[in-house]
Amino acid sequence: MTILRTAALLALVTMPASGAEIWVTNEKDDTISVIDVDTLEVIRTLPTGERPRGITFSHDFSRVYICASDSDTVQVMDPVSGEILHDLPSGEDPEQFVLHPDDRHLYIANEDDAITTVVDTETRRVVAQIDVGIEPEGMAVSPDGKVAITTSETTNMAHWIDTETQKLFANTLVDSRPRHAEFVKDGRELWVSSEIGGTITVFDTATQAEIAKIAFEVDGIHPDRVQPVGFEFTQGDSHAFVALGPSNHLAVVNAETYEVEDYILVGRRVWHMAFSPDKDLLFTTNGVSGDVTVVDVAKRTAIKSIKVGRFPWGAALRP
Amino acid sequence: MAPFDPRAARIALVAIVTREALRFVHQRERFLAALVRPLVWLVVFAAGFRAALGLSIIPPYQTYITYETYIVPGLCGMILLFNGMQSSLSLVYDRETGAMRLLLTSPLPRWWLLTCKILASTLISMLQALVFLAIAAAFGVRVGWTGYIAVLPALLVAGLMLGGLGLALSSLIKQLENFAGVMNFVIFPMFFLSSALYPLWKMAESSQILYVICATNPFTYAVELIRFALYGQFNLPALLVTLGAAAGFMGLALWGYDPARGMIRRKG
Repeated sequence: MTILRTAALLALVTMPASGAEIWVTNEKDDTISVIDVDTLEVIRTLPTGERPRGITFSHDFSRVYICASDSDTVQVMDPVSGEILHDLPSGEDPEQFVLHPDDRHLYIANEDDAITTVVDTETRRVVAQIDVGIEPEGMAVSPDGKVAITTSETTNMAHWIDTETQKLFANTLVDSRPRHAEFVKDGRELWVSSEIGGTITVFDTATQAEIAKIAFEVDGIHPDRVQPVGFEFTQGDSHAFVALGPSNHLAVVNAETYEVEDYILVGRRVWHMAFSPDKDLLFTTNGVSGDVTVVDVAKRTAIKSIKVGRFPWGAALRP
Repeated sequence: MAPFDPRAARIALVAIVTREALRFVHQRERFLAALVRPLVWLVVFAAGFRAALGLSIIPPYQTYITYETYIVPGLCGMILLFNGMQSSLSLVYDRETGAMRLLLTSPLPRWWLLTCKILASTLISMLQALVFLAIAAAFGVRVGWTGYIAVLPALLVAGLMLGGLGLALSSLIKQLENFAGVMNFVIFPMFFLSSALYPLWKMAESSQILYVICATNPFTYAVELIRFALYGQFNLPALLVTLGAAAGFMGLALWGYDPARGMIRRKG
């Protein structure tokens, strides 16, 4: 037995097991890999519809919603049994979605139809369909639930949706191919990543004005391969961890100064990520290398890569 | 052969180690040169190759690593290898000046004297390897503190093996001038045909023959022993091969320095 393993075992004995899990969708395998946060091992693999990508839990974690892109549906799964309970109408090719703070309405980006679909998860009916730009992908809802954002990959815009009227009230240009959006700092700022542009644009939510643009540069990697996609914020929104796609690195961005502080090597083509419950570990999905890299958030180092299915894409925490 | 006197043995050990240490202290250039070589590899070579060589995950690593991280254990091995050869050079020098003959006339057993000699040069190599690891840490290649402790016995065993090789070679080299030949025919093949610069699976991808050579090179096992130790892990096969090779080289050196049989007799 190695010293490392002994240390890990000791840690396990002394620390109470949290039982938390990271759920990862595997695009090519049509499965979900469930990773135990304590042992950092895959403990379950669950079948899903075709090409699962976006994944999110209901607020009480009794249901998990999965975008089955090629099945043109959002699936609702019981996380305990792993059974698909039912499908939700989602419009064509749902890629990403976000659950409204009311825990009831899903805002879904329909990549092929240039539409954002709003679905009531209780009545299982489409509440609204909003025309947005071409190839919508990134989705976000403000913490107060009043504003929803869709980013369109080809139009290169963030579309601002009033959730009461389900109508667009603003469109803001960002760099090429925006893929992910998040509200931060209690909804005061909106961050949008642009994959081809290689930047993150930060907006002031009240005025929809651009307040910062963050660029990335990884040593020894061609700028074309530095493609920001998913990002997540640490405890207190002080730092953002940004997945930089085929550059195989994460960037650590100071959310106050908007400066990049560190780069961390992870697996190939990193897409999205999820934190452990106390946000001390970060799990990144690496599409091409088919694994999930675990990052020690405080030390900013990768500690382990865990093999999952083929082309892991989305990630979500089940505490 | 004289009976083994522990007290005298200890005096001899201290004396030989002190002599090596003094020689080392007086040759500061040698210390710097021994450090500059691996640092040039780490800073220049690794930077140039980091994009060219993608590494997959192999034990003892648990995730993706940069090329700099990969070659640090191999560069520790490089320090030990060059120092092992350097001490063989100084042994040839000692032979030419007669200091070696003086040493070997001591009533203590020859194997003990030669072991002291190797141990002395290994301790100095270890010191250099530790300084190198500290500089590598400053460049961002760090391991846990347990790794820095666990690597000490690994460096010792690897150093003894390479010191033994140097000693065996010194018994075969007749003149100081032949040292260049040792460089070409021992150091370079031993270093390049090992896992120091590229993992063995990468070698197997391009040539099966080269892979087999690398996998039989004892230096590969010395490097892997150091690599695993740096990550707090124990590699038993690497330890066994390194110890076996150390014993083999020592045996060869003893034979070489035996006045009744080896090269010393032929040289007169």
